Amino acid sequence: MTAQAAEQRELAVVIGLEVHVQLETATKIFCGCSTRADEDEAPNTRTCPTCLGLPGALPVLNEGAVEAAVKIGKALSAEIPEQTTFHRKNYYYPDLPKNFQLTQYDAPICADGSLEISVEGTRRSIGITRAHLEEDPGSLQHKGGSIDTADYTLVNYNRAGTPLVEIVTEPDFRSPAETRAFLAKLEEVLAYLGVFDATRDGSLRVDANISLVDAEAVAEDGSISDEALESANRTEVKNISSHKGAEKALAYEVTRQKNAIQRGRVIEQETRHWDETRGITVSMRSKEAEKDYRYFREADLPPLEVSDWKAKIPIPELPDARRDRFASEYGLDGESASKLTSTKAVADFFEDVAESFDPDLAATWVADNLLGELNYRDMEVTDISDRLEEFTTLISLVDADEVTVKNAEEIVLRSMLDEGDDPETIIDREGLGKADDDAIGAFVTEAIEENPDAVEDYHNGEDGALNFLVGQVMQKSRGSADPGTVNALLQDELA
Amino acid sequence: MSYNIFLNEEQIDGAADGPLSEMTIAIKDNISTEGVATTCGSNMLASYVPPYDATVVSKIKDAGATIVGKVNMDEFGMGGTTETSAFGPTKNPVDPERVPGGSSGGSAAAVAAGKADLAIGSDTGGSVRNPAAFCGVVGIKPTYGLVSRYGLIAYANSLEQIGPLANSVEDAARLLDVISGQDPHDGTTRSQGDNSAYADAADGDVSGMTIGVIRELFDGADKRVVETVEQSIEALESQGAETIDVSLASLEHAVQAYYVIAMSEASSNLARFDGVRYGLSGGYDGNWNETFADAREEGFGDEVKRRILLGTYALSAGYHDKYYKKAQDARAWVRQDFDNAFSDVDVLASPTMPVLPPKLGESLSDPLQLYLMDANTVPVNLANLPAISVPAGEADGLPVGLQLIGPQFGEESIIRAASAVEN
Ligand SMILES: [Zn+2]
Repeated sequence: MTAQAAEQRELAVVIGLEVHVQLETATKIFCGCSTRADEDEAPNTRTCPTCLGLPGALPVLNEGAVEAAVKIGKALSAEIPEQTTFHRKNYYYPDLPKNFQLTQYDAPICADGSLEISVEGTRRSIGITRAHLEEDPGSLQHKGGSIDTADYTLVNYNRAGTPLVEIVTEPDFRSPAETRAFLAKLEEVLAYLGVFDATRDGSLRVDANISLVDAEAVAEDGSISDEALESANRTEVKNISSHKGAEKALAYEVTRQKNAIQRGRVIEQETRHWDETRGITVSMRSKEAEKDYRYFREADLPPLEVSDWKAKIPIPELPDARRDRFASEYGLDGESASKLTSTKAVADFFEDVAESFDPDLAATWVADNLLGELNYRDMEVTDISDRLEEFTTLISLVDADEVTVKNAEEIVLRSMLDEGDDPETIIDREGLGKADDDAIGAFVTEAIEENPDAVEDYHNGEDGALNFLVGQVMQKSRGSADPGTVNALLQDELA
Repeated sequence: MSYNIFLNEEQIDGAADGPLSEMTIAIKDNISTEGVATTCGSNMLASYVPPYDATVVSKIKDAGATIVGKVNMDEFGMGGTTETSAFGPTKNPVDPERVPGGSSGGSAAAVAAGKADLAIGSDTGGSVRNPAAFCGVVGIKPTYGLVSRYGLIAYANSLEQIGPLANSVEDAARLLDVISGQDPHDGTTRSQGDNSAYADAADGDVSGMTIGVIRELFDGADKRVVETVEQSIEALESQGAETIDVSLASLEHAVQAYYVIAMSEASSNLARFDGVRYGLSGGYDGNWNETFADAREEGFGDEVKRRILLGTYALSAGYHDKYYKKAQDARAWVRQDFDNAFSDVDVLASPTMPVLPPKLGESLSDPLQLYLMDANTVPVNLANLPAISVPAGEADGLPVGLQLIGPQFGEESIIRAASAVEN
């Protein structure tokens, strides 16, 4: 094909993902060591004979990790096998304590699932080929260069044996934006399941396979023939660690591949490294031959029967279902329902509040006021979930006209978050208790006496005069008066 | 006379009281002892000191036995004569010009030479029974899953079990009572041995027992061995046992299947010995991959390298189905054959070893000959069954072992039958 012809080709993007997720279990997948890194922990201290791969030590399967994987399988509508089996993936690498990795091969814990995403209003279902359990290797620190050039390399096995689930998708993504939406959705679902902690360093690691094919090869329903897929050279992009990073890395890679094709170049089949700080992908150069991992069954891990686990293990209501229920049960609009189901903690908090109040009021306070103020302070609902009672007290005070909405929002709530006091203490301290009608009446009389010009303007039909007088009364009451009441009292008094 | 039995004579005292107090015991050097070197008979682990005790070692200490040392073995258990040890061969106390068998040669020799009352060995394809037969002592290979392997440095983990050696069936059974039972550190262990009373089964009473004689395992054996074993089986008949001939067609493939599986697993089990934490690390040129290769070239002996290479080959893409998968099929067939046989008999009998103990150096030059020596013992490991080797008598002044094989967790049957051989 000439460069001219190449330039005119319409290209379609094909992406598949491999997502490594660290599971939030108490102990490692094959031993009793904790998965949680203590702050400033010394290297190689959170270890035992098993996760160090010491001669003679044996793995024992942590059923909690299997349970977490079954939950993921249910959330992804995947098939769960009759029993677990593990294989050894044999390869030499300095971060592998045994020089093989325990993983699943021909009977993954989840197969044939899917996850629905929505990008700019279009819903798409992404096929999940499989998800399997495996152990995380240790970590390496190369001193004075890369693995090939370093003076020396330090090995830390604290991470070794942390349970991982590797989720492999079909090549169903047609844009980098879709991968971002998928990963964000996946993180949301995993967090809902309580099996994943996004704040943990390295808890999400993504590899992406990306190629460009002739747009004509894409069928109406978005499917692509195997032939077209196989004929296109693809690159594997490694070192992606977030959904935002995935979109950036793949957008870069799309542009790079398009430019190359338009210049009539052939895309090299290779592994590329996403350099987050430079915002580019870099060839890893090591043109590795197809690796032969010599998989075989791990006899030390007898099969665990899990055929009835799918039925036995409950999972919480997932974000999509909860969003729909919030809309129908509480009559919320789509935006509020989305906001209020953004995390399980927010949704739980909202439902606790909605138990005692009108859903609209609860939604306004949680979705608009609380989330807004938390976001401004870089806080999460989980930071205040033990203060549910104080929060409902505040709403009841507003609801009972004990404090104005404005004061409740701008002074009491902010002070609750900044200083940690309860609403009643703040209202007392700031003198924000709503003024009674007698007191307001006195302020109204005062304002009329002090501002004869405004009174005259009012009688002459000037629009701004009443607002000015309301403002004067509000100032006298230090905001504790209800503007509606003031308005009505003034009109009565001036009539 | 030094037989080169011990690699380390550091004494480890047990609890003051227990079922094995007053007893001394030798431990094969592939079983982890906290703070005491555990070499596997290899230069690769010459300076390795485990930070933990194998489960069997803890149990033996709790039972009050005194560990008198760690004993010699074929390197990583790979051999049947104890000559592949990096620390020199062990001599057979019965005839010091001959091998003691292997790979637990040091264990059997320690008991035969009176250096220990009891010994612990491990049996991947006959490594307890073979030296027991050659040294004229008793050795038991338990059912897979009866004894914890936690702390046993793996050679072929789907095949091997730790087993006891002793001068009498009853003593071996007493030790088995101590070491058997489920272990939370070994997911393959089962509860059948939790409250065992194997020693009580050594009552010498075989009346009414049916013994199946595996004809295939007599066919290729040395005539002197066959004669001695047949006499001991006749002695059991005279005590009231019934014998019938049994044929197991699958056994002709057992040696090939065994070696493919054992070497494949070994290639993976020994991968961790790369010079980073074990062996003579450092001082090599090149990248880490080349450094690993150099450390392994230097740290492993010839037989270990041979088995790692063959095992790597058998698991490789393009050969996996031809070798590894086929071997697994054969293994399933062997199991099936044994299962069928045990519907008619209580125990099965054969010579433990088809030959008399060879002279030192005699067999080492021909690996294939060495592998064929295992023909009678490896089927038991493929089928995960229990088996015992008990002295059947002597031929030309050399010990001959009778092998008795039981159904899964049928330790009591083989112990009972073997104790009658001692009558
Ligand atoms: Zn551990």
